[in-house]
Amino acid sequence: MPENTAHPGVPGVPHIEFRDVVKKFGDNTVLDDLNFTVTKGERVTLIGPSGSGKTTILRLVMTLEELTGGYIDIAGNPLQYEEQGGKRVRIPDKRRRRTTTDIGMVFQHFNLFPNMTVMENIIEAPVNVMGLKKAEAEAKAETLLDKVGMGWKKDARPSELSGGQQQRIAIARALAMDPEILLLDEVTSALDPELVGEVLAVLKDIAAETDISMLIVTHEMQFAREVSDRVMMFDKGSVIEEGLPDKIFSEPENQRTQDFLRAVL
Amino acid sequence: MTPQNSWWSWDHAFAVLPDLLFEGFKITLVATVLGTLIALVLGLVVAIIRRSAPRIISTPFTWVVEFIRMTPLVVQLVFANLVLSPYVDSSLSIGIWVLGIHYTTYMAEVYRAGIDSVPKGQWEAATALSLPRMRTWRAVVVPQAIRNTVPALGNYAISMFKETPFLFVIYVPELLNVAQNYGSTYFRYTEAITLAGLIFLAASYPTSLLIRRLEKKLA
Repeated sequence: MPENTAHPGVPGVPHIEFRDVVKKFGDNTVLDDLNFTVTKGERVTLIGPSGSGKTTILRLVMTLEELTGGYIDIAGNPLQYEEQGGKRVRIPDKRRRRTTTDIGMVFQHFNLFPNMTVMENIIEAPVNVMGLKKAEAEAKAETLLDKVGMGWKKDARPSELSGGQQQRIAIARALAMDPEILLLDEVTSALDPELVGEVLAVLKDIAAETDISMLIVTHEMQFAREVSDRVMMFDKGSVIEEGLPDKIFSEPENQRTQDFLRAVL
Repeated sequence: MTPQNSWWSWDHAFAVLPDLLFEGFKITLVATVLGTLIALVLGLVVAIIRRSAPRIISTPFTWVVEFIRMTPLVVQLVFANLVLSPYVDSSLSIGIWVLGIHYTTYMAEVYRAGIDSVPKGQWEAATALSLPRMRTWRAVVVPQAIRNTVPALGNYAISMFKETPFLFVIYVPELLNVAQNYGSTYFRYTEAITLAGLIFLAASYPTSLLIRRLEKKLA
């Protein structure tokens, strides 16, 4: 069995906190009164059947979806809404962006900017959001590109690269912002099977070398088992079972967890 | 001189050609280039406002755009000239602005389609990087949107070029007007009008080939 690279996390310091979160799309309630906390440095994997709301959770943290009800706090700061005098008040985009600067996300379909080179993709936010000088940002980007094994392609366009290469660059792009939270949304699901390994290897390195908090949605159960501190099993918008990866994957208690794992493993 | 009653006179053709080229065509070209520039810039501005401004601003914009698109260019020229000529000396500048604003409404639609063709994932990646809204437009969305719109914008520029003769109605001395003047002075219309048409053809056909090549290259 591979070595577990999971980071212990700092117990008791909430980094991501969901309080009474409700998310509806029209009449369809995807998340219903969801409460959970991710502590600083913790790696949490969300598993469950498709449509159970896992990706929605990540998208809410990245402010790609608007909360219907409840609150999300990031390191103690309200992200989308806050309570003011007993009222629930929307936080303006500009202030939201100050919070999201510490959050990075890697998408299923990479979403690199096709009109930019690899290098331009990576320095875009460091230069225009963090205010780094171009030379500084480039030096940092070189280090990150070497880390994901893509230094030799820094002048290429995304369209010239394989899916696995694009995804490794998307990871470098997210890391260039020095995120404290990294959201991984089915990052290997769009890849040809032979390209999955190179992306997971990069992510395992990052998990081992940094103390970034991670919220992961994946169908790669072996990967989830290796990097996670905690696994949360979702079904129909709520957590039906959670615990250490070894526990969830080896001796799940809930019948639906057992059924799900039997189907995917 | 060839006999007056023959339907084509080379003498008249050669006599009118310099005026057509160095006066009429020059004005036509100036009107087209400036009109196109106005439409290219304002069209993008209108498209962005319609997409991102709150409804209280974007809805009136939509009305104005529809109004301009649904009324004829000639009417707009005559009307603008009537209203503005006391304040603006040059009917050419009035004509350029009317052409430019008329085509703004068409080019805005082209840009809108281009903006809509940028995948949602691009906006989401920009949000995930916390890029400010303006920067997202400038660095991510507009460059990708314009790439898809170059051929259509080019076709509208050619179409504007071919509609510059309407400036005739507000007495701008463009190509058709110069030809008409020659005709009415010498009672010889055939040569002047034919040559004016050929000059239009000689300019717009190669341009359209160029745009078609560009289209293939971008596809």
